[in-house]
Amino acid sequence: MGRIVLNKVRKSFGEVEVIPPLDLEIEDGEFVVFVGPSGCGKSTLLRLIAGLEDVSSGAIEIDGVNATSKRPSERGLAMVFQSYALYPHMSVKKNIAFPMKMAGMPVAEQEERIAAAAKALNLTDYLHRKPGQLSGGQRQRVAIGRAIVREPQAFLFDEPLSNLDAALRVNMRLEISELHQTLKTTMVYVTHDQVEAMTMADKIVVLRAGHIEQVGSPLELYRNPRNKFVAGFIGSPKMNFIEGERAASRGAHTIGIRPEHIDLSVDPVEGAIVGKIGVSEHLGSDTFAHVHCEGIGLMNVRVSGEADIHAGDTVYLQPQEHNLHRFGEDGLAITL
Amino acid sequence: MATKHSRAAARLMISPAVLLLLGWMIVPLAMTLYFSFLRYNLLMPGMEEWTGLTNYEFFVTDPAFFTALLNTLLLVGGVLLITVIGGTLLALLLDQPMFGQGIVRILVIAPFFVMPTVSALVWKNMFLNPVNGLFAHIAGFMGLPAYDFLGQAPLASIIGIVAWQWLPFATLILLTAFQSLDQEQLEAAEMDGASALSRFWYIMLPHLARAITVVILIQTIFLLSIFAEILVTTNGGPGVASTNLTYLIYVQSLLQFDVGGGSAGGVIAIILANIVAIFLMRMIGKNLEA
Repeated sequence: MGRIVLNKVRKSFGEVEVIPPLDLEIEDGEFVVFVGPSGCGKSTLLRLIAGLEDVSSGAIEIDGVNATSKRPSERGLAMVFQSYALYPHMSVKKNIAFPMKMAGMPVAEQEERIAAAAKALNLTDYLHRKPGQLSGGQRQRVAIGRAIVREPQAFLFDEPLSNLDAALRVNMRLEISELHQTLKTTMVYVTHDQVEAMTMADKIVVLRAGHIEQVGSPLELYRNPRNKFVAGFIGSPKMNFIEGERAASRGAHTIGIRPEHIDLSVDPVEGAIVGKIGVSEHLGSDTFAHVHCEGIGLMNVRVSGEADIHAGDTVYLQPQEHNLHRFGEDGLAITL
Repeated sequence: MATKHSRAAARLMISPAVLLLLGWMIVPLAMTLYFSFLRYNLLMPGMEEWTGLTNYEFFVTDPAFFTALLNTLLLVGGVLLITVIGGTLLALLLDQPMFGQGIVRILVIAPFFVMPTVSALVWKNMFLNPVNGLFAHIAGFMGLPAYDFLGQAPLASIIGIVAWQWLPFATLILLTAFQSLDQEQLEAAEMDGASALSRFWYIMLPHLARAITVVILIQTIFLLSIFAEILVTTNGGPGVASTNLTYLIYVQSLLQFDVGGGSAGGVIAIILANIVAIFLMRMIGKNLEA
């Protein structure tokens, strides 16, 4: 059904090569998230799959058929845009009906699908409103509704939640995940937010400057990042990197330790890293401490629950030895 | 304008301008109304007297009146049709990225800067003239007889000249409207399977609705009072074939020295303009809301 294969896909805008030759396989029914810092080419990659940009070379195969030179509408994909791209002069109903109207579907079937989509997305009461009269979350749902009525082989999402406020984002994240579970359709999702990637994806593709840095399930990337970039990008707060003597003694150029893998104590401990707390953030469930350590710099530490630590306290940090990540001089992870 | 006090102050300060504008409008209007009820002929000075509605009666029963009325509406409608359709297509074309875009855009805008008298003269003598005109030369080159545009199709020729002048205006306004269209909407429509024609019809045209409304309303105001082009090219003829209401009023008051009759025509023109305005606002006014 919705298996998408990219074969040596390359994209350049004039002289600038945005995406160097890239291979990727997206299995049918998978929820794949492209994640990376802004300007890494993730949106371009999605637009290449959608057909909104032409590939400079290489091939895109959708459902076993070469779709490289097919037009966007012939690829059987539906896309949800960052700005939602709703048609402002049409009612919600007409917006959702638009792709079916373009396909020349009988009106009775259109009505049926609109009703089903509206019910699934809680839009039944808003069908006759214009997009301008809807809230951000509702517009987002209309955009999704417009995508699902086509029954596409795959959904493409281009940073769909970045225009929503934090609470709504969490809600919509859940709704999209649920949608994926009900429809079991392939979904390709682009985001710069690693939390969205971790929570929603079956498979995460980490991109940097058009290169795929690593592909894997969220926990795979969390446990075994292939290089320093992935290690630093996945996980929140960010992984701490320590260079120099401590790293050398463990046979690495840099060692990385996640904030949640550091034991913090206020009593002196033999061999621990000594530091002073700069800022402490008390969230209730967790406490984040920014610790200034001599010779190392700033270390982020996460303590479970309500810890009684405050700015100015001297603390002793012990990285958990079995959770250490070792990186060589080239930034690649050293596996033992 | 938050408080009652500041609102009052604002009204006070704006009032001189409002009063000036009001006077500017009321005085000529009142004089025209007054003259339209007088027997006021420049050949009979000092014999002005109240005549009631006689001026109106004469103006309306003038055999040229209904032709002029029809010509006025044809002129406005024809030019609007050409400029709106042509302007939309030209704007669509100019919105495409191409080499020398800036220069092409300036060239397209150029006719708008040529004053009506001059453009009418250029058209009359250099293009439409059956002996020396460019079109006559082209016709001769192809072995066809020259066509006397201003003699055979005077109103259509004037519509063409005026449309040529106003096409840049429509193009300019519609081009900016095209540029404000969200590209993602077009891409979404493309993903939704809309052909280029459907994208134009369902996405672009509705987006242009407001700009088109503005073009129509502004142009109507000016087109109702077209005068220079007619005076320079056809003098309203042959006969009254290209006489519009404005030109008829000119003939009445300045060629026949009948100020009273001309004023009555002016009042009728005002009424006509208002009827047109009401129709337009009914038809397309809702596009301007929200």
